[in-house]
Amino acid sequence: MKFWMHGMFGAVLAGGIWVALWQIIVTMALIVTTGAGLTLQAGPALLAGMVAGPVAILLRPPTRLVRHGIGITVMAALLWGFTLGAPFDPNGLLPAWQSVVAIIIAAAAGWLSLTSTIGAMAPAMQARYAAETFYLRLLWGLGLMMFVLIVAVPFYVMVMTSLKSQQSLLANPLDFSIDPAVGGAVLFRSYIELFTEYDFGTLLLNSAIVSVATVLITLLFSVPGAYAVAKLRFPGRKWLSGSVLLIYLIPAIILVIPLYAVFSQLGLRNSLLGLCIVYPATTIPVALYMLRGYFAGLPSELDDAGLMDGLSRLQIITRIAMPLSMPAIASVALYVFMIAWNEFLFAFMFLDDVKLFTLSRGIVSLNSSEVPRQHLMAGAVIATTPVLILFLWFERFLVTGLTAGSVKG
Amino acid sequence: MDQPDRRREGALARRERRLAYALLMPTFLLVLAVVLLPLLANFWISVKPVTLAELRPPSLILKEQVRGDLAAAGDEARLEYRYRNSSIKYPLEEVVFTDSLPAGVVVTSLDPACVLESDGAALRCELGTLDGKARGKIRIGITAGDGFSGDKASFKAGFKASVPTATFTAYNVMTSFDFTLANFERVFSAAEFWDVLKVSVYYTVFGTAGALLLGLFAAQILQKAFFGRPLIRGLMLFPYVAPVIAVAFSWVVLFDPFSGAVNAMLLQMDVAEGPINFFGQRSVTIDVFGFGLTLPMALTMVILFEVWRYFPLSFLFILARMQSIPSDIYEAAEIDGATPIQQFWFLSLPYIAGILAVLFLLRFIWTFNKFDDIFLLTGGNAGTRTLTVNVYEQAFAISNLGAGAAVAVVIFALLLVFSVIFIRFSPKDAS
Repeated sequence: MKFWMHGMFGAVLAGGIWVALWQIIVTMALIVTTGAGLTLQAGPALLAGMVAGPVAILLRPPTRLVRHGIGITVMAALLWGFTLGAPFDPNGLLPAWQSVVAIIIAAAAGWLSLTSTIGAMAPAMQARYAAETFYLRLLWGLGLMMFVLIVAVPFYVMVMTSLKSQQSLLANPLDFSIDPAVGGAVLFRSYIELFTEYDFGTLLLNSAIVSVATVLITLLFSVPGAYAVAKLRFPGRKWLSGSVLLIYLIPAIILVIPLYAVFSQLGLRNSLLGLCIVYPATTIPVALYMLRGYFAGLPSELDDAGLMDGLSRLQIITRIAMPLSMPAIASVALYVFMIAWNEFLFAFMFLDDVKLFTLSRGIVSLNSSEVPRQHLMAGAVIATTPVLILFLWFERFLVTGLTAGSVKG
Repeated sequence: MDQPDRRREGALARRERRLAYALLMPTFLLVLAVVLLPLLANFWISVKPVTLAELRPPSLILKEQVRGDLAAAGDEARLEYRYRNSSIKYPLEEVVFTDSLPAGVVVTSLDPACVLESDGAALRCELGTLDGKARGKIRIGITAGDGFSGDKASFKAGFKASVPTATFTAYNVMTSFDFTLANFERVFSAAEFWDVLKVSVYYTVFGTAGALLLGLFAAQILQKAFFGRPLIRGLMLFPYVAPVIAVAFSWVVLFDPFSGAVNAMLLQMDVAEGPINFFGQRSVTIDVFGFGLTLPMALTMVILFEVWRYFPLSFLFILARMQSIPSDIYEAAEIDGATPIQQFWFLSLPYIAGILAVLFLLRFIWTFNKFDDIFLLTGGNAGTRTLTVNVYEQAFAISNLGAGAAVAVVIFALLLVFSVIFIRFSPKDAS
């Protein structure tokens, strides 16, 4: 008797899991947004969900609206009943309307998750196909929820912490509520202090200079190189295109000691110029590799036609190959920008002078017991925002760049 | 058509070859200078007894001073040269300095180390060998002779104008042929070396496998079209795209034992009894059915961070590969009655096995090479010191560059071993 392939068992299981999970999430969200010390009642919610499961699988009114209307009402009533009238707030810390909204949200989320997991499953023994589909739907929903939470929570905490004051952080680390009434100057105090006292304007500028210079130098070197590897015949071509990526496997930490020694003696160590030499050297091989693939895909007839019309090879690169491969060049540029902007090791080892710090280097120096945590997080937000904006704006290009550009980290 | 002209073809091919080399030359030189030569230099440093302080070669520090003024003929004054070996350890050999004297100045008393040259217009002092830290003074008595013209100011200016020049043979530990295996002995005999190696292997294996599995799971979830999928796909890439410094410190703040949200939440929900120092505690004992199971705490946390940060990459690759699988094979399987799990196991998995293998080996090497993440999260403390963090510890925290380079050589050797293994077992359609 394979009880787990029975529709009713699935409904009870899914109901318990979903409603308990949503109970946990709504409670945590309430704690975080209101700052109130609520208690979690996962057990009663689990029971409520297990009762709601059979309701969801048996309740099949003609329209979806009626079904969900009745279902959510039943769900809310069950939650309310099993938790003895106070699903989130047994101690009466919250205003009544917040409790009501929370119950409605939890009931609706639990019910909708439950019904979409159950789908068209009947309260009877299921065939293997239908049973697997049901369990995979459950897994799909749980997985989606998990991924959204694990990705979003650290970023949420980063942004919210940066808006808090030292006192409120220490008083209640869970209170991420924002009071807009305090005004922008108080809310964004950490950011204002970073720019006025810690000179973050200069750091931003330094990071921008180094990143843009790295992109330009990388393109200047890798476009002709990639064209040569893709289109010209010369001995060692195969060997070269294969070995270029090997360079990518050499860890930066091995290079850091010799480069530190040599750059110290050359006076390049504590300078942005030094970074503008090191960063391109690490990004050019992969840029060359990515562009080579794209150039190789361009028809050679175009080059021949250009040669017939009297263009030199360099003119072919600038007038034919480059305009045609703008998407690839954009991917490479974005990818390289991201690498240079995010780079930490060399900036950390090379730069001593506060005036020359890049953002990565500057934020490390904020990680001390003398600097409050919200400043550190505000710095993190400042460093993250430009790359994330670029990423969201040009996601298509960057995703191509990431996939073509390999697996570096 | 004409007969093909062999000579002209040869010339064209030659021009093409030269052009190709010219186009590749800048890249080659830069990579040579910043990657390949440092790689070799690292081997060199690893057999040198060199510390951070000895990075500058020893040199002679020489200062010239005049005691007294010369304003008119017959006035007397004293020249003083103070010298010092800048190194505290290595000697300077054949130290000689010369200085020219202003016109009209006559030397009255000379240090035995010094001689006058060019009819008394220049001074040459031979100091011989100076040991580390050696310092001293040379005093020369001078007077204004008959030829002296000028005043106090012009006399001072004349002295300022002639800077003494020194020549010496410095012992430079970086360029000398003085080799030692002490660095490697030190690295291998250190009690924690095998622990470090073990931590490195744990971190690499679990970090890589975890990121790969989570990426595979994420790709399965996002393969099916649903409302909001593009948004969530973008969100999933955040951990990888954001600067390591920002996400690492977010984790540190999130898991802080006193002001961190996770600890506060665990306490609030009665899951934990007291604050847990996630990144600072070496190990934790969990009670499983009465048996105490000891797990490394901080190491698990940095592995989780690694998995969290790099699963988006595996996800992206696997999703791209899965979307290129022709859909008709699934339709055929559906008609044949294959269940969803069978379809995944017998259709999808073989299709993505190649990319999984490539991802595994590349991520394996890159996780092994990873430095930033652990350094920012724990600083290599609480049982999270990997080989890469050890390079930093030896070279810059303990200031022993040679020992750091020796650890780097160990890393390189292990990477070579991995590469050989991977090349031997890698599938041929690797690209």
